[in-house]
Amino acid sequence: MTNKAHQNRAPGFGGFLGRLRAMITKEFKQMRRDRMTFAIMIGVPVMQIMLFGFAINLDPRHLPTAVALADHGPMGRSVVAAMQTSRYFKVTRQVGTGAELEPLLQSGEVQFGVEIPPDFSRRIARGDTATLLLLADDTDPAAVGGAVGAIDTIVRQGVNRELRGALAMRRDTSTPIVDVVVHRRYNPANETDKVIVPGLLGVILFLSLSINTGLAVTRERERGTMELLLSMPVSPFEIMIGKIVPYITVGAMQSAIVLLSAMWLFDVPMLGSPLLLLAAIALFVVAVLTIGYLISTVARTQLQAMQMTIFFFLPNLLLSGFAFPFRGMPDWAQMIGEVLPLTHFVRLMRGVMLKGAEFASLWQDFAALAAFTAVIVVIGLLRFRRTLD
Amino acid sequence: MANDTDIAIRAEGLSKRFGDFVVVEDLNLTVKRGEIYGFLGPNGSGKTTTMRMLVGLLEPDHGRGECLGLDIRTERDALRRRIGYMTQHFSLYGDLTVEENLEFVARIYNLPAPVKTAQDAIRELGLEGRGDQLVSTLSGGWKQRLALAAAILPKPELLLLDEPTAGVDPKARRDFWEHIYELAADGLTVLVSTHYMDEAERCHRIAYLAYGKLLASGAGDEVIGNSGLSVWEVSGDPGDLSDLAANIRDEEGISMATPFGTRLRIGGPDKNALDHATQPYRDDSRFRWEPSPPTLEDVFIHLLRDAQDNRAVAS
Ligand SMILES: Nc1ncnc2c1ncn2[C@@H]1O[C@H](COP(=O)(O)OP(=O)(O)O)[C@@H](O)[C@H]1O
Ligand SMILES: [Mg+2]
Repeated sequence: MTNKAHQNRAPGFGGFLGRLRAMITKEFKQMRRDRMTFAIMIGVPVMQIMLFGFAINLDPRHLPTAVALADHGPMGRSVVAAMQTSRYFKVTRQVGTGAELEPLLQSGEVQFGVEIPPDFSRRIARGDTATLLLLADDTDPAAVGGAVGAIDTIVRQGVNRELRGALAMRRDTSTPIVDVVVHRRYNPANETDKVIVPGLLGVILFLSLSINTGLAVTRERERGTMELLLSMPVSPFEIMIGKIVPYITVGAMQSAIVLLSAMWLFDVPMLGSPLLLLAAIALFVVAVLTIGYLISTVARTQLQAMQMTIFFFLPNLLLSGFAFPFRGMPDWAQMIGEVLPLTHFVRLMRGVMLKGAEFASLWQDFAALAAFTAVIVVIGLLRFRRTLD
Repeated sequence: MANDTDIAIRAEGLSKRFGDFVVVEDLNLTVKRGEIYGFLGPNGSGKTTTMRMLVGLLEPDHGRGECLGLDIRTERDALRRRIGYMTQHFSLYGDLTVEENLEFVARIYNLPAPVKTAQDAIRELGLEGRGDQLVSTLSGGWKQRLALAAAILPKPELLLLDEPTAGVDPKARRDFWEHIYELAADGLTVLVSTHYMDEAERCHRIAYLAYGKLLASGAGDEVIGNSGLSVWEVSGDPGDLSDLAANIRDEEGISMATPFGTRLRIGGPDKNALDHATQPYRDDSRFRWEPSPPTLEDVFIHLLRDAQDNRAVAS
């Protein structure tokens, strides 16, 4: 009898709690020992709070604007001044003619172009309706929305300031003083999917390719095959190329699927050169594959490689201008964004597909991607351990 | 002193630590060309770590080493082309077939006609018709034979085998060793670690490691002779023998008291001290005492016990 009671010392609920406690303490201890996982579990929310809280701004201000002021009267100057003080616009360029605005928009140097015709002041003084043309780069609809909504009021404020003396009565007349014409460029119907789809290719390529090369190397470490591989006459460079090349074909297939559905299902236009597009995709594919390789030289396990990839992917997603307006971010966030590969890829894709941009206006993004890749390759090769230490 | 070209492995003062844990300490080792050299010692004694240093997979903290006249730190690339290494844990690709694995190895070493080389190796292995089988589905014995075939595919001059026969049945082990002898007869040098005594006896020379230190080395009978060990074999009732072992184990002069089948083997490095310690039990009518020549296993047990005692004193 006593023996039996002993065997079953903690029956029922007490036994359940005891086992539960054993399980929970064990899991906690294991979680704490896996430093990398723990760091990333803490690091991801911290990063997200920082980026969402401080970097991302859905109603961006101070967007770069080029002005073609042909009007020599007081009204034009007053309107430009009103735009400056509105905080939506920041005049970064003054050009002579309206024709010069287009290339600036295409290269992405400015978000807006404003053309004020020569007869602007004269028409107002005569009691006619003057016109003002606002060109908006709508490949980033979230960025331009606020400014486009506010432009009428801003122009009106600028003009009112100069309606003095004999002109003061015009403030109340029913004839409109200025007719503001807004041209949305590159996405005239303001459709979000057309803008999202080209960048989405970058997101897909980034995630699937960098995770896969990351795993391909750490898998060898985890399974023990790395020990034999390293004892054979094969160099880190050869191992890297071997890991990367197969996934280039995967990247090519993914790109084909996304691009074809972009054109057929979402009617995304293809205004630029397909060759330029392919060059951008090829460069980006190599860039993200090398990221995966670099991660695999740091991560010890496949799980760590996955987590590190996500950790690096998050700022790319949030700071690249893909999901949120790039120009809405504070300077520090834009600086981080400038070194992230997805930022340049999104610009290249939008530039070629939606704006029909040429290499001449895109070369900086190509150069940035190439430089990024070169740096990652060098670090990856230096970091690759030829020993098991 | 042998000529340098006769030496396959020369290590001087090799040391390796992981964190604060010294895994290999001041290890000296000389292996001649064409020799089958056995590496023995309990688990965790540093056999794998030493082999990894010798093939350039781990950076030694101290000391220097040469394999085939090539420095293990600075001439790794040349070394890698001339040595074969069979890892303790199977390290070919389970998700590739037998033929794909061998072809991969052949290509990495730039062997001519890699496909034919792989197919020839499969035939020699006796795996005809199974070249298309995924390696993960092979049995343990076949995996080991395949791993050996892969290691010797590029015709290395030096072969390091880390517990190649662990967990393999006796017939497969015999075949394996026959193969090793054939290779050695062709001039290949082999460094092989093992836990099996019969395999230790098959080696031309052996080294015994414990706690990262080399405790003894030489030909089998040299190791036995140098130990100075004397052994009594005691027979009697198993229960009585187990009591006797417990009583006598810690006596001064006794460094081993191990059951061996129905007998107990008792030994010590000093014949006089051993006889003195066993004296009170030798007239016990329940036991029959007979002097017995020490075996390699006796010597290893004795060496390990000695090393344990020294560690205990040192710490
Ligand atoms: N990478 C490592 N990090 C920490 N300890 C290690 C590492 N590799 C081996 N060890 C330790 O070194 C000791 C010797 O290991 P090993 O050389 O594998 O011995 P053996 O092959 O003789 O069994 C063991 O205690 C093992 O736990
Ligand atoms: Mg080992």
